Amino acid sequence: MSAFDHDHHDDDPRLSRRKVLECMTWAGTGVLWTISGGVPRSLGLVGSAQAAEPAGLTFLQISDSHVGFDKPANPNALGTLEEAIGRIKAIPVKPSFMIHTGDISHLSKASEFDDADRIISQARLDVHYVPGEHDMIDEEVKLYRERYGRGSKGAGWYSFDASGVHFIGLVNVVDLKAGGLGNLGAEQLAWLEDDLRGRSKSMPIVVFAHIPLWSVYPTWGWGTEDGARALDMMKGFGSVTVLNGHIHQVMQKVEGNVTFHTARSTAFPQPAPGTAPSPGPMKVADDKLRTLLGTASIVFKPGTESLAIIDTPLQG
Amino acid sequence: MMLNSLRTIGVRLAMAAVMASQITAARCEDVTVTIDNFTFSPAELKVKVGTTVTWKNQDDIPHTVVSAGKFKSKALDTDDSFAFTFTAAGDYKYFCSLHPHMTGMIKVE
Repeated sequence: MSAFDHDHHDDDPRLSRRKVLECMTWAGTGVLWTISGGVPRSLGLVGSAQAAEPAGLTFLQISDSHVGFDKPANPNALGTLEEAIGRIKAIPVKPSFMIHTGDISHLSKASEFDDADRIISQARLDVHYVPGEHDMIDEEVKLYRERYGRGSKGAGWYSFDASGVHFIGLVNVVDLKAGGLGNLGAEQLAWLEDDLRGRSKSMPIVVFAHIPLWSVYPTWGWGTEDGARALDMMKGFGSVTVLNGHIHQVMQKVEGNVTFHTARSTAFPQPAPGTAPSPGPMKVADDKLRTLLGTASIVFKPGTESLAIIDTPLQG
Repeated sequence: MMLNSLRTIGVRLAMAAVMASQITAARCEDVTVTIDNFTFSPAELKVKVGTTVTWKNQDDIPHTVVSAGKFKSKALDTDDSFAFTFTAAGDYKYFCSLHPHMTGMIKVE
């Protein structure tokens, strides 16, 4: 169940932080993040009921809704999105906002965006979006920008501050090059450099984009060509958290001051790197689907620094 | 009578020849590249000038077929096709603009 890609470095001096990060847990329907003391921790949706009132900022990440997807891997992607939002609505402590890391729709159809909005808005939270490649395949490539790109730059990138944390939404799904991976491009990198200039290095940074900014599995295109250039710009900062989607499974890596994490999809699972002929939708037994969309449940033990992972499937 | 049947045979032969050449032509003008498991198959194809190549997406995920400055399909959903007729010789590299690690080549001679 836990598909974590831990990077164990015994010489890592940030032991206590690593411990926190190792103990992070996720519910596939969404990830509840809380930032206190500059260190983001995820509480998970299911365990959040037991969580102590998190000090500081709490926000959610959902990803890869693929509204419109109706293939065997999940004939009702809208239904599972609705289930995910239902769980978010039931969280006793209301998060400050939500980020959506792309692939809202499956085919960039207006009706798909409409359906997604109708369901997601039921969470009654502000949502900060970045596009996935599936959100930019309408003929004129304009629907995403029209609906979600207000106030953003270029293909839809932007930044904002919340409770002392700097959030950066990046777009790495446009102008992709043959044979390559995700792509940020020179214009966006120049903007990013400018955005970070003069910022206090103690300010926690959360970067989110659709395709992983780190090399998860280039053979399947799971990485970003110039992602390292963006990460280089954040080297001096004390706490950097990179949140991505695209690969429809949880992956995590900690490298120095940077925590990388990918969220599950609310629509369908994808295989672990190299375990299938392709990264396409993974058909699993019906009663197993929801375990891959969000069953790893988590209990936060109040009063301790760590979170306990308990593999409690939502179903089965 | 004799002449007639000879003529008939001659006509039949001629028709057969025409049909045979049409089949050859059809083969030449009708080539399909399938998209399965995020892969163009065959990945490289040699065709004659005038050949129409049809790409068919058999994946559960949309793909595109793009050759910079030459041709560009819209997003192909499952079972959607895109066809392009090659009127000039040359090497046409192409890729899926959604999953750029997917690449292919059409060599037109």
